Amino acid sequence: MANVISDETIEYVGILAKLELSDEEKEAAKKDMASMLDHIDKLNELDTTGVEPMSHVFPVENVMREDVVTNGDGSEATLANAPERKEDAFVVPKTVD
Amino acid sequence: MAKEYETVIGLEVHVELATKTKIFCGCSTAFGGSPNSHTCPVCTGMPGSLPVLNKQVVEYAAAVGLATNCTITQNCKFDRKNYFYPDNPQNYQISQLYLPICRNGHVDIELEDGTTKQIRIHEIHMEEDAGKLVHDEWDDVSYVDYNRSGVPLIEIVSEPDMRSAEEVIAYLDKLRLIIQYLGASDCKLQEGSMRADVNLSVREAGSEAFGTRTETKNLNSFSAIARAIEAEKNRQIDLIESGEAVVQETRRWDDNKEYSYAMRSKEDAQDYRYFPDPDLVPVHISDAWLEEIRSRQPEFKTEKMARYKEEFGIPDYDIGILTDSKKLADLFEATTAICSQPKKVSNWLMGETMRILKEKEMEPEDITFSPENLAKLIGLVEAGTINGSVAKEIFEKIFDEDINPEQYVEEHGLKQVNDEGALRATIEEVIAANPQSVEDYRNGKEKAIGFLVGQTMKAMKGKANPGMVNQILKELL
Repeated sequence: MANVISDETIEYVGILAKLELSDEEKEAAKKDMASMLDHIDKLNELDTTGVEPMSHVFPVENVMREDVVTNGDGSEATLANAPERKEDAFVVPKTVD
Repeated sequence: MAKEYETVIGLEVHVELATKTKIFCGCSTAFGGSPNSHTCPVCTGMPGSLPVLNKQVVEYAAAVGLATNCTITQNCKFDRKNYFYPDNPQNYQISQLYLPICRNGHVDIELEDGTTKQIRIHEIHMEEDAGKLVHDEWDDVSYVDYNRSGVPLIEIVSEPDMRSAEEVIAYLDKLRLIIQYLGASDCKLQEGSMRADVNLSVREAGSEAFGTRTETKNLNSFSAIARAIEAEKNRQIDLIESGEAVVQETRRWDDNKEYSYAMRSKEDAQDYRYFPDPDLVPVHISDAWLEEIRSRQPEFKTEKMARYKEEFGIPDYDIGILTDSKKLADLFEATTAICSQPKKVSNWLMGETMRILKEKEMEPEDITFSPENLAKLIGLVEAGTINGSVAKEIFEKIFDEDINPEQYVEEHGLKQVNDEGALRATIEEVIAANPQSVEDYRNGKEKAIGFLVGQTMKAMKGKANPGMVNQILKELL
């Protein structure tokens, strides 16, 4: 493997993804990420001069809807997933900026 | 000698679009629903749900871009901005980073000294709003309502071209007016349908390099913006003068304390890891579609002012105020179309309407009365059916409940008394009952007649024709 992922990088990626990884998991993740980057390096060998960056795999554009209300009260279905609720609101640990 | 500093300000303005539905699903955007009633699997980020773009959002965003002299990105797309926060159920916000719908625009702002200045717009992009967090006062919990999650926004990013609070407010006012004329949003700072984040830095006058900037949030009125700019400018100058460094950070303004504090940074929040949203296909705005949007652009303030001058011959001062609100301008035109009395219509809108709006702390956009009923009221005064003071009383009813003034006058017996016999009889009684005032008047105290007019009006429950009362009084005295 040409790419080497440092401990700092895996720590940082863990923080961004809100994941707590054990030491074994970190080692495994380092290997996986290094091989993914190797794969990208391989793709980079291809000359893409003059090729428009592709933003979607399907040759489709302008999938749109008219501005018409089609949904009714979805609160019960939405709140069915709430670990905790108070009346019609989700309850979460206090989150203040 | 103290150093001179220059304040450099750029704005990020979020505007909530006036669509009926959310940007990527058919949930209503209406205010006042019970918490989470306007939600579905799409706007709560359920796995497997697929967003479908609301066409109206593209049209509003492009219309705002055209009105602010932007280049429209005819091939644009959406990206994901990744962050964890409870107001964001997907753990990413769908926004535009790489190909925003509008770029490189500008607006001209008019300043108090009569000069105009161009403020450049870096870009305008489409994105979705987040849910709303309410913090419990006593317990260590917050409540989340996702009704706002997925409501369409445009973010208008200016270049750092502003140098004072005055310029910032003129710029915001310009944007507000353009967007209201387009009907793309009601742009109310207090209610959050228009939000401005202020990026501000200071530098020594004459310096070309920018200082370190801060971003100030939570500004809910023009006056709060002015106060926050002044405070942040002074805070940064004090830091620099005492040899400390300005830290690049986001600060939250507390308008009650007139103080801002650094917001606890969301852990590593600056690393948003944007990438193209794979659930949404690109948006192609064809020349034909763009032309269609362009052809629907309304008449804006400047053109409207010129036309009013030409068409209605009302004073420039009136024109300035009437065209400063789409609602007032529309009401003026509709009422004038019915009664053909532009100056009278303008007087009612500029006088009583503005007075009541101020008294009730409302904005012109909150007006609910119809042009038909204002036109009828003007007709009643012109025909001499009611006098001016009765008309003002009735107008309050029109303002509050949009009553039909003709019917109201009939039902409440408010017709002006123009019957000379009846007026003369009452005035004779008033003269007999107030010999002192009569004496004063005859001794040259002109003002005494006012008291007698008042007494006559009172005796006739305010319905007397004031012109006739004056005339008869003078004759009898």
